[in-house]
Amino acid sequence: MKRVFVNEKWCLGCHLCEYNCAFANSGLDNMAKALKDKKIYPRIRIEGDENINYAVSCRHCTDPMCVKSCITGALSINDGVITINQEKCVGCLTCILVCPYGCISQNENSVAQKCELCLKNSSGEPACVKGCPNNAIVYEER
Amino acid sequence: MSKYVIIGNSTAAAGCIEGIRSVDNSGEITVVSGENHFVYSRPLISYYLEEKTDLQRMKYRPDDFYEKNKCNVLYGVKAEKIDKEKSEVYLDNGEKLSYEKLMIATGSSPFVPPFKGLDTVENKFSFMTIDDALAIEKTVDENSKVLIVGAGLIGLKCAEGLLEKVGKISVCDLADRVLSSIFDDECAKIMQNHLEEKGIEFLLGDSAEEFNGNTAKMMSGKDVEFDVLILAVGVRSNIAIAKEIGIDTNRAILVDNAMKTSLENIYSAGDCTEYVDFSSNSKKVMAILPNAYLQGNTAGKNMAGESAVFDNAIPMNSIGFFGLHAMSAGSYFDEKDGGKCYIEKGERHIKKLFVKDGVLSGFIIIGDVSKAGIYTNLIRNKTELSEIDFETIKKSPTLFAFSKENRGKMLGGVV
Repeated sequence: MKRVFVNEKWCLGCHLCEYNCAFANSGLDNMAKALKDKKIYPRIRIEGDENINYAVSCRHCTDPMCVKSCITGALSINDGVITINQEKCVGCLTCILVCPYGCISQNENSVAQKCELCLKNSSGEPACVKGCPNNAIVYEER
Repeated sequence: MSKYVIIGNSTAAAGCIEGIRSVDNSGEITVVSGENHFVYSRPLISYYLEEKTDLQRMKYRPDDFYEKNKCNVLYGVKAEKIDKEKSEVYLDNGEKLSYEKLMIATGSSPFVPPFKGLDTVENKFSFMTIDDALAIEKTVDENSKVLIVGAGLIGLKCAEGLLEKVGKISVCDLADRVLSSIFDDECAKIMQNHLEEKGIEFLLGDSAEEFNGNTAKMMSGKDVEFDVLILAVGVRSNIAIAKEIGIDTNRAILVDNAMKTSLENIYSAGDCTEYVDFSSNSKKVMAILPNAYLQGNTAGKNMAGESAVFDNAIPMNSIGFFGLHAMSAGSYFDEKDGGKCYIEKGERHIKKLFVKDGVLSGFIIIGDVSKAGIYTNLIRNKTELSEIDFETIKKSPTLFAFSKENRGKMLGGVV
């Protein structure tokens, strides 16, 4: 299965992936309308310092603690992709308590959100990868 | 064809079914479900009262779960006795089931102390099952005065679920702090203040001594008037069926890290078990949903012939009240236990990291809980803190605290 990987040597720490992620998942067709003057809730996050940066998003683990720990059954594996049913999620955040990578966060409605590889939104493929100016994030099989 | 019988139909049972089916697609699975309900998420009953979920969304698995996993579910039927010689389970409907592998996932029941005069109370409830929640929902109205006995996770989630629906909520507990199973004094105080601000009244270090109709006589001498009484004192593991056939028990059924009981071909998982807490290396009842699933899943795989272990179970909780979130995990070893505690606090938030023998043994966070799983993972892996940048990670959980090489391993391959 294809997954999103980061090459920290090439990551500039520009945070564009975060904006592209938030836009792709906004359901809107205009980036300014979707993001301008708003707090954004990206599912990929840049970590690091002034010198080293890298993007972190869901690893789509083969034996995922988040799915096994989810108290509602909102998290499940579908063809290898870990997806969340936000209608079912009550925002207990147990998934955040168990994700070893810190890849699950709360959205603006206080329920959990995570990278679903943009397979369910209009981008169709990971928007973070598409928009990375330095090819530091890739979408590939390893 | 193998024959599996599962006594119980909650989280551990669901984990067991999925565990069996990941190995054996053809064996016959029979589930004995005491409750007349499709598998549902028990902790959601407070969210149901709060109207954050409904009966359909509370289902722990999709509607076709049993069908897809080829399970025969016997609803509203209880297992009464196990015949270990004949490998049979006797049911309360007079029938019996034979098994090759048996799972005991009987869970726990509310513990109701023998209060004097409890029989004079008309509206009294426990808060464990969907039926409890439905009965409470029917009984309360916007003027109800509710007394909850027990300021633990169950009692306080019930309080949160009911607050908008009733006139007044008082919570009493013999302990002098709220959530005493997961918080120390300092953390408990922050949450108590928050809950009081939202309108919940506390009577701590005090409990009901006697009931007389709609009045609770408290130990302190106070009288508390109420219309609805919720008893959330604690829970007891359901172990009678195991104990009477000689399965080793303590407070609960003792299982090893493969979820085997002391008897051949009999496994157990969930709230009815006692097993090793990896963070303190002592056996405990860790009645929490994620562990119930992980135990059940491990047991299921083993019942179907694989060799799986769940050997890094820790107590952990993620819980929020009215928007203020708290997480806790592991064991809190502070100075008096030979550990060290790193504290960061303000009026409405706190973070405590407990370090012992060079590893993170536990933590409590109230407030910003983002990425806390990175801490949990340090506990589960017994990561040597000397190998990471602890100064960085103690301020906020980040993979940046790991060496470039380890980070590369975490993010560079399939995990």
